[in-house]
Amino acid sequence: MRFGVVVFPGTWSDCDFHYVISEVLHEPVKYVWHRERSLEGLDCVILPGGFSYGDYLRAGAVAGRSPVVEALRGFVAGGGLVLGSCNGFQILCEAGLLPGALMRNECLQYRCQSTHLVVENVDTPFTRGLRPGQVLTMPISHGEGKYHASPETLAELKGRNQVVFRYAEADGRVTKAANPNGSLENIAGIVNPEGTVLGLMPHPERASEAAMGGADGVLLFHALLGSLVEDGTFLKR
Amino acid sequence: MKLRVLVRLKPGILDVQGAAVKRALVGLGFGELGDLRVGKVIEVELDAASPEAARARVAEMCRQLLANPILEDYTIETADDLAPRGAVR
Repeated sequence: MRFGVVVFPGTWSDCDFHYVISEVLHEPVKYVWHRERSLEGLDCVILPGGFSYGDYLRAGAVAGRSPVVEALRGFVAGGGLVLGSCNGFQILCEAGLLPGALMRNECLQYRCQSTHLVVENVDTPFTRGLRPGQVLTMPISHGEGKYHASPETLAELKGRNQVVFRYAEADGRVTKAANPNGSLENIAGIVNPEGTVLGLMPHPERASEAAMGGADGVLLFHALLGSLVEDGTFLKR
Repeated sequence: MKLRVLVRLKPGILDVQGAAVKRALVGLGFGELGDLRVGKVIEVELDAASPEAARARVAEMCRQLLANPILEDYTIETADDLAPRGAVR
């Protein structure tokens, strides 16, 4: 699978994603500059975290109208896979490629911490092979990660099983205490109706090697690469 | 032509920034404070044949970028709106 990691001015997780894909997964990957208008030859495009264009106006607002994100519309329409993490999730929402919006954390604090995520939808290319109810541990690092959607949008999301991850306790219970940013119904990650575009606030790339304190994040890549086995673990490649 | 766009969080959407500013003001002795919400002011200068045309262009800017319709409402003020109060220089 050929990956592209998009780099905006102000992106900061691009090197981490590139490292995980090339050094942990040994898959082909290249950087894609934000002015790029073609995504030809790529199977999966990563929108990494950071502060694209300084997050001026609103987090992800300017990036959401950039040339590469315009190109992303055609890429998605053609069945291409997109994973947006943190600022990448904000950009996908601002671009209208995912519904809803990310707002300032309810606690007002920038939250940089480990979180538990309960997997709700395993019928996506990013979660195939995981178990429903499986709990993954990944860090978050954001000041504007409170997911918001209108009641109508929320009903649609739930009706189409588009909620992929919720913030949860270590045992998978979805509680208010486990919600780090005030997100609507603890939502941490969603997909488009086709399941081909995933946006999540947590950072899978920062949880991709045991030496980093955990490797649950890399499971999303193993799902993409079809190397997960049924119990939600992965085969040694 | 100069216009001013006011962008606010929609009614009913929790404004945590406004709540923090309010707490600070109450701490400064402004105990009479009721609600307080924080928004954005965007000043725009553009060429247009008429105030109506300018307003239409700025409304398009709001739709495409300046406001997020999921979270925010906006109002557009032209110099005419503000002249009586002398607010636009």
